[in-house]
Order: sequence, then C-alpha cells, then structure tokens
Amino acid sequence: MAEIRVTGFGGQGIIRLGYIIGKAASLYGQQHATLTQSFGPEARGSACSAQVVVSDMPVLYPYITRPDILVAMSQEAYGKYIDNLKEGGQLLFDQDLVSTGELPKSVKAFSIPATRLAEEMGNRIIANIVMLGFFTAVTGLIEPEAVRKAIPGSVPDRFVELNQKAFDVGYNYVKEGAVVAPPEDRS
Amino acid sequence: MKADPKGVLTGEHYLDGDHACAEGGLAAGCRFFAGYPITPSTEVAERIAERFPMVGGIFIQMEDELASMCALIGASWAGAKSMSVTSGPGFSLMMENLGLAAMMETPCVLVNVQRGGPSTGLPTLPGQADMMQARWGSHGDYEIIAISPSSPQECFDFVIDAFNLSEQWRVPVLVMTDECVGHMTEKVVIPPAYEIEVVPRRYTTLPPSEYLPYRPDPDMVPQMIKAGDGYRIHTTGLTHDERGYPVMSAECQEQLVRRLVEKIRLHADQIIRFEEDEIEDADVVVVSYGISSRVAVRAIALARKEGIKVGHLRLIVVWPFPEKRIHELAKKIKAFVVVEINYGQMVYEVERCAHGQAEAILVPHGGGWVHDPADILEKIKEAAR
Repeated sequence: MAEIRVTGFGGQGIIRLGYIIGKAASLYGQQHATLTQSFGPEARGSACSAQVVVSDMPVLYPYITRPDILVAMSQEAYGKYIDNLKEGGQLLFDQDLVSTGELPKSVKAFSIPATRLAEEMGNRIIANIVMLGFFTAVTGLIEPEAVRKAIPGSVPDRFVELNQKAFDVGYNYVKEGAVVAPPEDRS
Repeated sequence: MKADPKGVLTGEHYLDGDHACAEGGLAAGCRFFAGYPITPSTEVAERIAERFPMVGGIFIQMEDELASMCALIGASWAGAKSMSVTSGPGFSLMMENLGLAAMMETPCVLVNVQRGGPSTGLPTLPGQADMMQARWGSHGDYEIIAISPSSPQECFDFVIDAFNLSEQWRVPVLVMTDECVGHMTEKVVIPPAYEIEVVPRRYTTLPPSEYLPYRPDPDMVPQMIKAGDGYRIHTTGLTHDERGYPVMSAECQEQLVRRLVEKIRLHADQIIRFEEDEIEDADVVVVSYGISSRVAVRAIALARKEGIKVGHLRLIVVWPFPEKRIHELAKKIKAFVVVEINYGQMVYEVERCAHGQAEAILVPHGGGWVHDPADILEKIKEAAR
C-alpha cells in the first residue's frame, strides 16, 4: 500500500493530478485507489491537496495517515506537509516553486522544473501532467501505460495530445538522466 | 423489468460518491429532480443537471428544501421517478413534506450526504448524526426505509435499490451517505442496462369505475394511478379512507396509520439487509454502517490479531432495523460495540433490541472525520473483558 499526497495551489491542477493517479491505478493498473481531497477557502490561489491511497487490497481506511510520497508544487504546501512525510518517504517537487532548505536525511528528494518545462511547451497549465510523468518514472508505482490510458477523459478532449506530450516530457526527464537534484544542491 | 439503457452509463468509471448517486438515479429511471444546492451534496445535483438533458429528465432548482420535497411528491404522482439530495440543514427543512410523502404513500428517493451538525455545523466534513432524524424526523407515526452506502460503488448500487424499495412499498426511501463517501473517488462499475433490475410502479389494472386509490393489495400496499389517465383521484395529508377522502375519526386513523406502519413492519424481513463477518465464535460484535463500517474492519483485524473473538455486523438497510438478529446475537455474546460518527444514535436501537442480554458500547465521534481505528480497538478490548 502507498499513501500519496499531491499538494500545491488551487488552479495548478493538483486535484486533477491526484485524480489521474487514482484512475490509472484502479481502472488500468489492477490496483485499488481511493482519492480524497481538501481545499482552502478560495477556489484558486490557496493551498489545496489531493490524497490517494493505492493498494493491492481494497482500501478500508479512506484517508492517508503518513504519506509515503509527497508531491509539492508550491512553497506554502511544501511547508505545511513536509513534516508529515513518512521516514524514508519520497519527495517530488517543482524546483522553481519550492525551496526545500535542509531536508531530513531519510527523505528521498527528486526535483523537476515542471512549470518551466510546461511553459517551454507553450502552456503552463500542463505543469501538473509534466509532474505526473515525473511521478510515474520516479515512483514506479503504476505502469506508465496505465497512466497514459488514464489521461483521455480526464482532460478536455482537444488537449489530450498536448497532455500526452507533457506526460512524456516529465517521464523522460528521469530516463534521460537529467538532474534529480539532491536537496543539498538547492538553496 | 430491466433498466432503460438511455440512463445507464455502462462501463468502468473513477467517480466520487456524489456523482455515483446521480448515476444510480439515472440508471434506476429517475427523470425528475428538484433540489436546493447544499454542501457536500451539490455534486449530485450538478451531475443530474448535466446528464438529464441527454435522457429527457426534468431538473428544477427550487427556492428551498421545503419546496423541493413537495415537488418530488407532485412529480411522482404525475408518473415520474423522482429524487432529491440534501445535507443536514436541508434535511431538517424537508421533514414536514417527508411526512406528507409517507402519508400519501408516494414513491420517491432522498439522498442525505451527512455532514457534521447540529445546525450548519461542518459543511465540508463528515458526520452520521442524522440517523434518528431519518427515522423519526417528521411528526406522527409512520415507517420509513433508509439505506447506507460505504463507497461510491455502493452509492450507485444502493440508489437503485432505494428506487426499487420505494416503488415496491410506496414509501419515501432515504439514502444516508456522508461527506466522506460523497467526496471520495473510487472505481465504480456500471453494468449494462439488461443486468439492472428495476421495480416498475404499481399501476392499477382496474378500470376507473372500480379503482379506489387507497385500497390495499394483499401485501398492504395500494395500487397507484398516473395523473391524467382518466381515473378519479384524491390524495391528502389528512387522515383518509380508501377513496382518499378525509375522514376525521379514530376508526379511520387506526385503519390507515396501522397499515402505514405494518406494511413495513410486517415485511421487515424482506426489506432488511446486513452483512456479517466472523460472527460464529464472536464474544464481541461490532455494529456499524456507512463509512464507519470500513474503518471498523481495520480495528476488527487488529483485535483478531490480539486474539479477541470479535465479529462484524454491518447494516446496509438501517431502517427498518434488524431487531430480531440483534436479539439473537445478544443471547450469545458479551457485548456490542457500535461505531458511528455521532454521540449515540443507532447504539440506542442496538441496546433496545439486546433486551439487556448484552451490553451496547458506543465508540462516539463528534463528526468532522472518521474514527481512529485505535479508538475502536480500545472499546473492543473493553467489551471483551
């Protein structure tokens, strides 16, 4: 079983990112996945968080307790949730949006300039899907094919192709041996 | 009768409980919805509003919940399968007309996505504190049916069951879910329409000259007509005779109210549904429903690991209550542990049905979250001592 928290600002597609992870695992990955979500008081610009429990067995307790994986796409969200990450857990973050400072040694940190890569593709709105690709490659939790299948129907039809490309950019960022920055390299 | 394929979104979906409730309604043949938005139930209304134009349904956003409940009654008498959705404060407002629906024997379905209360309480967080209101919320004597799903899949399945029970027994049926289940997203499998059994309305086969709107069939439920079909019809919230006309007498009241109550009580065995697990050798039985039943399973597994003989009785239909089964179990076990997100509701029903032969211990929770399995485990240990 893996507990995942995806967090950032409202408007970044954080819930969508969590939704696609859960959908991929449960519809195309032969696993069980329960998604819960929490919002700040405003729809956009406030901290928001999606929680996914992925398991080989049916999920009983619906909420996460101590996540194995934290995906952080804003400084505020990072600050709020980093202490709750399980010992030995994985932290995935957007390196242009989150400055981690010194991390506990047990945390395995992986960074990607997801928003910048999305902007280079012409639309920052797909930064969440770049992060999805990165998540898929780094964690190995769900087969990449299952995640790819989960994208159509989860994003507007006319943007499916762009989102598939964004997924590949994030996924290949790891494969191509690009920098997975250890936390001490970050200021 | 099988479901109309038009409303059935066959396939595997990743849906939250609210959206699954909406799909359950559509699959069951619901074609009229009246409601007033309220967190955390609004997504049900949103999805219905989006999907109804594709199936020829009518969606009305009413001025409030009193009117919503009334509109369900009108639509049902006009021949539509009708449904609404609400949460705590709206549920309170619907109570008067819920009684009217019970009195007029109107099939309709009401989903309550429970949140923390009392009053406006916790709009975005779960509770299970409307369970007694579901049973007793409207004035006077009547019986009701309520069913409690614990997952989005069950939201879909149980809303269909709710419509079927509602048509079969001509009572409003309540689907008592909660914010956690409503906003939780999981896999939902929607079968093909030909696999979905739908109970049709009990329309009369009698000619207009012989039809009486409140003459019961042998199972105590009267036959219905549809407005505009040429039958003379009168229906009212006042105490009425078989013609549907008001009669202000103790005799008529006795005949009517007794039938309203007994049509459910005498058929309770056909209506009641629950699941049992590891009951055979149990000293302690955990009783739970809805989201709490999932959390309870984790605590039960922990207790079993510690060698405690504990079983699980999970209520699916919560009203009518499985009185006989609780009484049978009470003779064999030490105690019941009741897990519910409130400060004591269904636990009193367990206590009543145990007739003093087993203790009923509540694991209380004020609402806003689900139980910590450790708290349930502690009460199981206490009960086993």
